[in-house]
Amino acid sequence: MTARTLVSVPKEARRGEVIAIKALISHDMETGFRYDNTGKPIPRDIITQFVCLYNGIEVFRAELHPAISANPFIAFYTVATESGKIEFKWNGDNGFSAAESVTIAIA
Amino acid sequence: MTAEHYDRRATRRGFLIGAAQLAGGVGLVLALPVNDGRATPDTLQAAIRKITSEAPLQKGKVKLELPAMVENGNAVSIEVAVESPMTAADHVKAIHILNEKNPLPNVLSVQLGPRAGKATVATRIRLATTQQIMAVAEMSDGSFWFDTADIFVALAACQEDPG
Amino acid sequence: MSRLFRHVILSAVLCGASAASADEIPPAERKSGYEQMGREIRAMQDDDSANPAMLWVLDGEALWSLKAGAAGKSCADCHGDAQASMKGVAARYPAYSPALARPVDLEQRINMCRTDQQQATPLPAESKELLVLSAFLARQSRGVPVEITDDRLRPFVERGGELFTRRQGQINLSCAQCHDDRWGQRLAGSLIPQGHANGYPLYRLEWQTLGSLQRRLRNCLTGMRAELYPAGAPEYVDLQLYLKSRARGLAIEAPAVRP
Repeated sequence: MTARTLVSVPKEARRGEVIAIKALISHDMETGFRYDNTGKPIPRDIITQFVCLYNGIEVFRAELHPAISANPFIAFYTVATESGKIEFKWNGDNGFSAAESVTIAIA
Repeated sequence: MTAEHYDRRATRRGFLIGAAQLAGGVGLVLALPVNDGRATPDTLQAAIRKITSEAPLQKGKVKLELPAMVENGNAVSIEVAVESPMTAADHVKAIHILNEKNPLPNVLSVQLGPRAGKATVATRIRLATTQQIMAVAEMSDGSFWFDTADIFVALAACQEDPG
Repeated sequence: MSRLFRHVILSAVLCGASAASADEIPPAERKSGYEQMGREIRAMQDDDSANPAMLWVLDGEALWSLKAGAAGKSCADCHGDAQASMKGVAARYPAYSPALARPVDLEQRINMCRTDQQQATPLPAESKELLVLSAFLARQSRGVPVEITDDRLRPFVERGGELFTRRQGQINLSCAQCHDDRWGQRLAGSLIPQGHANGYPLYRLEWQTLGSLQRRLRNCLTGMRAELYPAGAPEYVDLQLYLKSRARGLAIEAPAVRP
């Protein structure tokens, strides 16, 4: 199965309102500091980047390190400026990439 | 004040005392060596210098919230809130979460701006052991502010055999 | 942390424990492990947009409508809208299977549907597919009180109860010594819960993933230095059934979050 994402953004907001955004994605976030049963190091495999775009403009960016928990959760805020699309993009080791988008209506 | 001045209380001694208080009479069995050979106050300092480029780091404006004690270090809820009007002229440009005793000092770095409206970020982090966590905020005027918090990571009693 | 090390802690905590266990926890004192967790982990469970187990539920929802097997049928083809048809089901599982003349747990029931109705291969225990389906099903019972009433289950509940109170393993310990007699106390840094089965499958921070109650029971047996029952052994289902019966009245929290 591909990565499952779960984002929470209000469907509607007032212009200028500060809205809460929560983004969750399935990923093991293998740290690169663990060993398997035979003593072989397990290579690092993590999400390294998360970006949020509001109608194409980047409003939030995060750089993730191995200390971010499995199934990374990031919550932040943004100002509801106009109706349109809010996009989320995750990128990581071994070519990992995932994307999700939602619409928001401004009253 | 420089980064060297922040209070680093989560020493091994602190850990053992905490463990003993927590586990009562059996606390002493916890006094086996905790391998913090990879513990990294020095690499933490290096990571801070990389963020601040030797600019002064001041205590304040940043509020780091995390539980004082957790039963499991695999997913610790953490929130960093920075005091700022978040206007074009005066806003938070970046927030960094750092730790002193995981294998690597950096945990999360976020870039934001006036469009955030509110300079608050929350996530869940892994903590290898009891330690101090630090959050650093970079402001639009080039100043750096920080907060620290100590967290006690308890030992899990019934872990699954790996694999 | 070494195994020997934990062994020492366990022994220290339990030495001097009385030979016989106290009785079952009185109904008024029964409480979900949720109530013993810290504020942050409770918040993680309460908020569907922060609960990592919801990632499994969403995958399960997709799988529910996916046709599978030689019969080319999906779960939805027979059961329709899970929100209606599956509500309360997890609260009364394990349930009696007349075909097998014994109880089956939710995961086994899903696999019976796979083989008999869909004519597909059964899903391996703890596989992602089985976990997402059981998480999705259990989610439909959230808030429904646990209730085991089928009379045919009685002998199996009793057998599960015997297993629960039987001392076993290298440190000669029973489940009841921790979960009936010492709930609320600490085992190393961990609070001992009453051990109710009202949140499974659940996201355990220790696992960093979602897992079944059978997996949790195997963890307990390992912690007790007891021999594991063979994979798929009826003992696991009997124990689950006893735990469910013991948790009667508590609301299903699945998919829960636990440390």
